[in-house]
Amino acid sequence: MSEPRGLKSWLTTTDHKRIGLLYFWTAFGFFLVGGLEALVIRLQLAQPNGHVVSAETYNQLFTMHGTTMVFLALMPLAASFFNYIVPLQIGARDVAFPRLNAFSYWVFLLGGLLLNASWFTGPLFHAGTLNVAPNGGWFGYANLTERQFSPGPNIDFWLLGLQVLGISSLAAGFNFIVTILNLRAPGMKMMRLPTFTWMTLVTQFIIITAFPVITVALVFLMFDRFFGTHFYLQQAGGTPLLWQHLFWLFGHPEVYILILPAMGIVSDVLPTFSRKPLFGYPVVVYSGILIGFMGWGVWSHHMFAVGLGPIADSVFAATTMLIAVPTGVKIFNWIATLWGGDIRGTTALHFAVGFIAMFIIGGLSGVSHASPPADLQQTDTYYVVAHIHYVLFGGTIMGLFAGMYYWWPKMTGRLLSEPLGKWHFWLQLVGMNLAFFPMHFIGLLGMPRRIYTYSPDLGVTDLNLISTIGAFLVGVAILVFLYNVLRTRRRGERASNDPWGGATLEWSIPSPPPVYNFSVIPTVTNRLPRWSTDRHGPIQDPPATPPAPIHVPGGSWWPMVAALGLPLMALAPLTHTLWIVFVGAAVLLFGIYRWAFEPFEV
Amino acid sequence: MPRTRLWLLTAALAVSGCAGPFPQSTLQPRSDFARATDALFTDIFWWAALVFVIVETLLVVALVRFRHREGRPVPKPMHGHTLMEIAWTLAPAVILVFVAVPTVRTIFATAGDAPADALKVDVIGHQWWWEYRYPELGVVTANEAHVPVGKPVQVTITSADVIHAFWAPRLGGKRDAIPGRENRIAFRADSVGDYSGQCGEFCGASHANMRLLVRVDADSAFERWVAAQRAGPAAPAAGSLAEQGKAVYSRSACLGCHTIQGVSPGVIGPNLTHVGSRSTIAGGIFPNDSAHLAQWIADAPALKPGSIMTRMKPPLTDADIAALVAYLQSLQ
Repeated sequence: MSEPRGLKSWLTTTDHKRIGLLYFWTAFGFFLVGGLEALVIRLQLAQPNGHVVSAETYNQLFTMHGTTMVFLALMPLAASFFNYIVPLQIGARDVAFPRLNAFSYWVFLLGGLLLNASWFTGPLFHAGTLNVAPNGGWFGYANLTERQFSPGPNIDFWLLGLQVLGISSLAAGFNFIVTILNLRAPGMKMMRLPTFTWMTLVTQFIIITAFPVITVALVFLMFDRFFGTHFYLQQAGGTPLLWQHLFWLFGHPEVYILILPAMGIVSDVLPTFSRKPLFGYPVVVYSGILIGFMGWGVWSHHMFAVGLGPIADSVFAATTMLIAVPTGVKIFNWIATLWGGDIRGTTALHFAVGFIAMFIIGGLSGVSHASPPADLQQTDTYYVVAHIHYVLFGGTIMGLFAGMYYWWPKMTGRLLSEPLGKWHFWLQLVGMNLAFFPMHFIGLLGMPRRIYTYSPDLGVTDLNLISTIGAFLVGVAILVFLYNVLRTRRRGERASNDPWGGATLEWSIPSPPPVYNFSVIPTVTNRLPRWSTDRHGPIQDPPATPPAPIHVPGGSWWPMVAALGLPLMALAPLTHTLWIVFVGAAVLLFGIYRWAFEPFEV
Repeated sequence: MPRTRLWLLTAALAVSGCAGPFPQSTLQPRSDFARATDALFTDIFWWAALVFVIVETLLVVALVRFRHREGRPVPKPMHGHTLMEIAWTLAPAVILVFVAVPTVRTIFATAGDAPADALKVDVIGHQWWWEYRYPELGVVTANEAHVPVGKPVQVTITSADVIHAFWAPRLGGKRDAIPGRENRIAFRADSVGDYSGQCGEFCGASHANMRLLVRVDADSAFERWVAAQRAGPAAPAAGSLAEQGKAVYSRSACLGCHTIQGVSPGVIGPNLTHVGSRSTIAGGIFPNDSAHLAQWIADAPALKPGSIMTRMKPPLTDADIAALVAYLQSLQ
C-alpha cells in the first residue's frame, strides 16, 4: 500500500489529493505572476505621467492581471481545496471520476500556459515586439476586441485561452456535483454536509450554468474575428451590447463562483476555533443557495452607464440590493458563531475574521453601485477597483489563506509556523487597506480605471503613492508566507490527525491521509461527527490500518494526452493554420479513446 | 449633504496632505444632475457607515469578549435561533428600502429629457478624442465644449468607432458612447467655470489620453463663442508665415482627414476651422502652444500611443512645420 513516487507518478496520478496539490502549486504560481503584474501596475501609477511601462504594456498588464487572478489563481486555488478536502469531508475514497479530474487539471495548466505564452511569442507572429499579450481588458468588450480595432494575435490568445480553461472548469464542475451527491458516506445526509462542501456544491452548479454562457460569447467573438460574422458589429445588424449582456450574465455569477468557496471555508474555520457549532447552519446553507440563484438576476448592474432605460435600471437596482440580504444573514450568523465561544486566535481564525471584516467593506461599497445614479459617477473609476479588491482580495484571498493555514497540516503533514502566520496576516491586512482604501477617494475624485497615466492636476498623486506602498506591503506579506512554507517543509512541526480539534471527517484520518483516505468508511450520525453534542458522542475514528486490503485505482497517461489536444487545437486559429486543428482533434480523440478503453487497473 | 462632502474631503486631504483642487471630483457637483447623484450617494454613504460601525463593532466585541482564556468551560453548543434569524434578515431589508426608494426616484429624475428649448449638443467619441456638434447652431468643434450657465442642455452621445463613455464628473454621471446607439443625458450647469472630464470606458491604447473640457460660460460669453465658431476661418495675412502654412496644409495629407471650412473637407480627425481658439490639443492632453503643436505635427504617435495621425511621408521640414503651426494658431 506504499505510495508510488517519482515524476511519472505525479504525471499520471488520479489521486484527488495529489491533483489537489498540483492545483495548489500551479495556481499559487499564477497567483505570484498576477501579483507581480499588479506591482508593475502600481509602480506605473505611483506618480502622475509615469514612464515605467508603455501604454500598450500597461494595457496588457491590467488585462492579464485580471484574467490571471480570476481564472488562473482564485478559481483553481479554490479548486485545490475542492479536490483535496471535499472527498475527505464526505468520507469518500476519491472523486467520482478520478481520470476526468486529472484531465481538468491538465487542461487548466495548459490553458494557463497558453494564455501566458503570449508574453514571449511575439516573434512567431512577426509582431515586432516580444510580447503579444492580450490587451482588451479581462472583460474583453466588443467591438474593441474585434479584428478591426485589435488586429494582432493578442485577443486571439485571450479568447482561445479562456475557451480552453472553460472546459477545465466545466469538467471539474460535473465531477464534483456527482461526487458530492453520490459518494457521501453512509448517514451523511445533505443537511449533514460540512458547510465548505455545501458551498462547493453550489459553486459547481453555478460553474456548469455560467461557463456555457461565456463560451457562447467567446465563440461568437471568435467567429467575428476569424470567419467574418457580425455578432458584435452594428454596421451589419449586430450589436456590441450583446457581448456585454453575455459577458456579465456569466460575469456576475462568476463573482459568486469566486466568493462562495471562501464563505464555505470561513463557515468551517469559525466553529472549529470558537468550539461552537456554526450558528444557524441551515440558514447559512440556504442563503448560499439563494445567492447562487439570485446571482443570475443582477448582471445589468455592470451596465448602468450603457443607458438601458429607467425601468431596467430600477429592476436591476432592486435585484442587486436584494442579494445583500442573504449575504448579510451569513455575516450575522458568523458573528453569532463567535459569540459565546472559546475563541482560539490561530492564524486560520485571523484570516477568517479578516475575511468578514474586509468583505463587509466590499459589500457596503457594493450597495452604492447597486444604485444606478450613484453608480454613474463610480463605474469605471477607482472606486470600483477598491470595491472589487475588498471583495476578491479582502474576501476571497483572505478566505483562501484561512483555508491554507487550516488545512495545510492535513495536506502536507506539517503545521505552518503560527508566529510567521500572524506576521503574514497583519502585514497583508495593513497592506491591503493601504493599497485599496485610498482607491475609494481616488475614484470619487474622478480618476477612471484602466488608464496608464493620469494628470497631476487631478489631485490624487499622494493617494496613488500610498496605494502603491500598500501594494508592496502586500508583496512583503506574501514573501513571509512563502518563507513560512519553505521553512515548514524542513522544520515544520509534524501534524497529528487533528491538530485543531475539528468536527468534520477530514480530521479523523492521518495527516497527510493515506492513498485510500479512510481505512474504514465511517457511518455518520450527525452534522458534527467528531464532536459530542447534547444528543451524540463523537464517532470512532477509523483504525490506523485497514482491516481488509483496499483497491485503489492506478494512474493513467490518457487524461494528460487528451488534455494536450485542446491547446493544440487552439494553435490552429492562433496561427491561421487549418491542418493543426485536425492534429489537435486527433490527439484529443485518441486520448479519450484510450482512456475509455483503458483497463481500470493499470 | 455638504457635511459628507466635507468629511470625505477632509479625510482625503488629511491622508494625502494636499489641498486640491480636485477638478474632476464627483463630490463637488456643479449641475442639477450631479447634485442629485451626489445627494443620493450621501444618503447611501450614511446608511453604509451605520451598518459598518454596527457590524464591525459586534465583530470586535465578540473577538475580545470571547477570546480563549485558561479555564473557560467548553461553550454551550448553540445551533441557532429562529427569531434572531428573522430579525437579521429583516433589518438589512428595511435599510435597503430606505436606499431603494430614493434610488428609484433619482433614476427617474435624472432620466428625463431636457425641455424642448434646451441647447442640443451631439457628442461623438472617436479613438481618442471627442467631437461636439451643435446641430441647431451649426457649430462643430473638438475636445472643448461650451455650454451656457443655468440653461438646460440636452447631450446626445454616440461613437464613431468603439465604445467610449462621456464623463464630466462635476456636471453629471457618465454615459457610454456606443456605435449605432444614441444615449442622452440632460443637465443644467449652475456655475460658470471650466469642468474637466475624460473617457470612462476602456477604448484602446490611448484611453488614458482621451480627456475633455466643458466650459460653462455666462450667456454673453457663450453667444460670443457661438458667433466666433460660426464665422469662416480667419484668412492669413498676405506674405505672413501663416499664409505659407496654409499652402503647406493644402499640399499635405492634412486635408484628407481634417476639415477647415472652405479649405478642406476631411472628417476623420478633429475640425480645425477654429483650432486656435481651443486651449488644448491631442484629446486634451497638451496645451495648445507652438512647441506642442510642432511636436504633434512632426510625430503624433510619439505623444499619444496608437494615434492614427501618423508621421508624414515624406516628413515635413522644420520650416514647413513652423509655418503650419503659425497657420493653425491663426485660426482663432
